[in-house]
Amino acid sequence: MEQTGTDKVKRGLAQMLKGGVIMDVVTPEHAVIAQEAGAVSVMALERIPADIRAMGGVARMSSLELIQAIMDAVTIPVMAKVRIGHFAEAQVLQSIGIDYIDESEVLTPADDKYHVEKHAFTTPFVCGARDLGEALRRIGEGAAMIRSKGEAGSGNIVEAVRHMRAIGDSIRELSVAPKEELMARARELGAPFELVAQVAREGRLPVVLFCAGGVSTPADAALMMQLGAEGIFVGSGIFKSKDPRKFAKAIVDATTHYEDPKVVAEACRSLGMQEAMPGLDVRKLPESEMLSSRGN
Amino acid sequence: MAEREPVVGVLALQGDVEEHLAALRRAGADARAVKTREQLDALDGLVIPGGESTTVMKLLQRFGMDAPIIDRVQSGMPLWGTCMGMIVAARDVADIRQPTLGVLDVTVRRNAFGRQNESVEIDLDVPALGPGAFPAVFIRAPWIERIGDEVELLASRDGHGVMVRQANVLATSFHPELTGDSRVHAYFLSMVERARAARKKIGKRSTAA
Repeated sequence: MEQTGTDKVKRGLAQMLKGGVIMDVVTPEHAVIAQEAGAVSVMALERIPADIRAMGGVARMSSLELIQAIMDAVTIPVMAKVRIGHFAEAQVLQSIGIDYIDESEVLTPADDKYHVEKHAFTTPFVCGARDLGEALRRIGEGAAMIRSKGEAGSGNIVEAVRHMRAIGDSIRELSVAPKEELMARARELGAPFELVAQVAREGRLPVVLFCAGGVSTPADAALMMQLGAEGIFVGSGIFKSKDPRKFAKAIVDATTHYEDPKVVAEACRSLGMQEAMPGLDVRKLPESEMLSSRGN
Repeated sequence: MAEREPVVGVLALQGDVEEHLAALRRAGADARAVKTREQLDALDGLVIPGGESTTVMKLLQRFGMDAPIIDRVQSGMPLWGTCMGMIVAARDVADIRQPTLGVLDVTVRRNAFGRQNESVEIDLDVPALGPGAFPAVFIRAPWIERIGDEVELLASRDGHGVMVRQANVLATSFHPELTGDSRVHAYFLSMVERARAARKKIGKRSTAA
């Protein structure tokens, strides 16, 4: 027996990333800085979410030349984004040998009804979720890793907290629910029954759960890890800061030792008077500018 | 008096720590996540799990855990590295300038079997584990390119070393912790038990003197 693209190896790579930080990078030089700071993986993209937000227009899969240059620059795994439902972009990324595909609400959705059928791919997928139902729908489609959506490029952690708490609360509720309730719960969640039953039995998602969307300080990272994230995606926070090298390292240290406030304090202190990226009040964002409501 | 269970740490700076803890417990160890220098003292054995070697090596150095681990391993504490752990334990990494602990006399090549699309489940022959192939899970796995004189080759895939042992150091480029098969965990625990027994003997002798 010799099999590639199994659930075990697709979910397995995400398991190897646990406890780590995945950083958005827009150049090979950024990728090297991220790896040097201790990132477990990088997300290769043309523009970080804060800039996508500022520029408007249609955001698509990044240029393959850029993605390839980033893959050549580092030894850690490289991820890249496709538009929701754009399975042809995903086929292209698989063909160039990307390590993980992010079917991401940060790009402009290609399909307003359906996501990519992800079982069909050898390359694993990570997808965003705001709640348990959304997470289990994506896993049902074949996602091998889930990230809470948060609100990318906002510099505001409030949505990430909301989504991580929502996922955690629902898992805790399921784990004490009597068996006869599970079918009705599956219907309420809009999720496959078998996955709901598995979560009830095991008290966790069947795949690794990271946090994304709004992490912009070491303390943000420590907060999300204590709320149950198994690792952190940092998008705009690092390369929008004044000293990305220091910033990246501080986020890594705080993620590793999230339960030790002394280390988190040291990570905060290492940034001196440096300010984190400016944040947006997500309550004042019109619905049309919210990225997290893309996809279902 | 009942013997206490062997205390085995899993280096918990980054990687698939929970999976190793669970497998070690199934195999009969008192397994603990280890994140600080101080936690190393209580251990009878240490596992370095799967993860990213550049990340973990940086964190080992940043938090001053590299030298204490090298000391403990050189004074006989069993160490097992899986995938990333094998890279971290190795003396050299082929073609890449990357610091390591250097406690295992091999040269490893990172991502040697390919990127994620080449990650694979394979039935692997490992004579040291007895009959029956081992369900080996390789994820962006390294292989062993040069093997030192003191190092025993325990398994190969396509002619490349993927499981080796040098005295108290064991390394696999695959992930037994992702399978339900606990034979490699049991094999490591037997190394830990023998090291404990040897230490006890020395302890008795020195008390007698």
